[in-house]
Amino acid sequence: MGIDFLPDKPIYQQLIDRITGAIIRGTLQPGEKLPSVREYAVEAGVNANTMQRVYKELEQMEITETRRGQGSFVTADEAKIAMLRDEMKEQLVTSFLQSVEAFGFTTAEIVEHLQKRGDKR
Amino acid sequence: MIELRNITKKYGTRKALEDITLTLPHGKIIGLVGENGSGKTTLLKLMSGLLTPNAGSAVLDGKPIKRKVATNIAYMPDADMFYPYFTVGQLFAFYESQFTDFNPIKAKEIAQFLNLDLNSKLKNLSKGNRGRAKIAATLGREADYYLLDEPFSGLDPMVRDDIAKGLIRFTNPERQTVILSTHELKEVEPLLDEIIVLKGNRLIAHEAVDEIRDTYGQDATSWMVSLFRKGS
Repeated sequence: MGIDFLPDKPIYQQLIDRITGAIIRGTLQPGEKLPSVREYAVEAGVNANTMQRVYKELEQMEITETRRGQGSFVTADEAKIAMLRDEMKEQLVTSFLQSVEAFGFTTAEIVEHLQKRGDKR
Repeated sequence: MIELRNITKKYGTRKALEDITLTLPHGKIIGLVGENGSGKTTLLKLMSGLLTPNAGSAVLDGKPIKRKVATNIAYMPDADMFYPYFTVGQLFAFYESQFTDFNPIKAKEIAQFLNLDLNSKLKNLSKGNRGRAKIAATLGREADYYLLDEPFSGLDPMVRDDIAKGLIRFTNPERQTVILSTHELKEVEPLLDEIIVLKGNRLIAHEAVDEIRDTYGQDATSWMVSLFRKGS
């Protein structure tokens, strides 16, 4: 029902990842209004308490802001979004490098390979 | 708050539930899982005042639960037990005549959300639409507690999805509690705050869903399966 969730991560965390992902991709624009907690809960097929927690954590991360009587909005602060992008890049690279190391590749040969792939595209 | 204290229920000499102690707070959606015959329906009926325990007590906000105390508890049975010649609208009118907390405006809104035609006779509805009508009538009550016995069982994925969304849309997580029994834990998990597991007529676990994923690193279904393996 609604979204398919991965089994090994809390659902609220996966919803936070979805929303931050949409902000990074630009599907959710700076300053854009988010659906209400209830609307989004219905759409995602999750408990409204879970969605409430998601909105609260996003606000604590300063990725969204709540305006009284108007609802939640993606931050209009481009610097915060840039920071979010950088954090995501860092996360991706870290987990990628962990796999690289697990297979015993050197960083140099992986960088070279990435370069080649980059040139092709 | 519903509190069950050391409840035992027997049917004749057969024990249906044994020594159950449980607290159900306000504002949660709670899943009740366990094998067939583990006592899920009996537990829901005890909470709704339809059954009385042989030992122990069931208490709602400090008062023992009896049929009459249980007016702000909406129980939805698994069985299809409505008059087949009623229309959906007449079913709502019947509910309004029986339950003071029934809100016909809310019920009609739910019917509309679920694409239910108020003029259709129940006997002419598909099983899925009868399921929709049943949940619309139940959620049409402004109850503090909704006790739903197998609201998803035997229904196709579209109907299950509608019912799940109706539950989220038309219950207020600040003051209403939903307790639902189900076998479809995998599908229902995203709806739940907490899970209660019964096995062999006893309570073997009561956990928050986020805790299960945080602590055990697995979803509720795998967690439940490992609980059952460990016990046997």
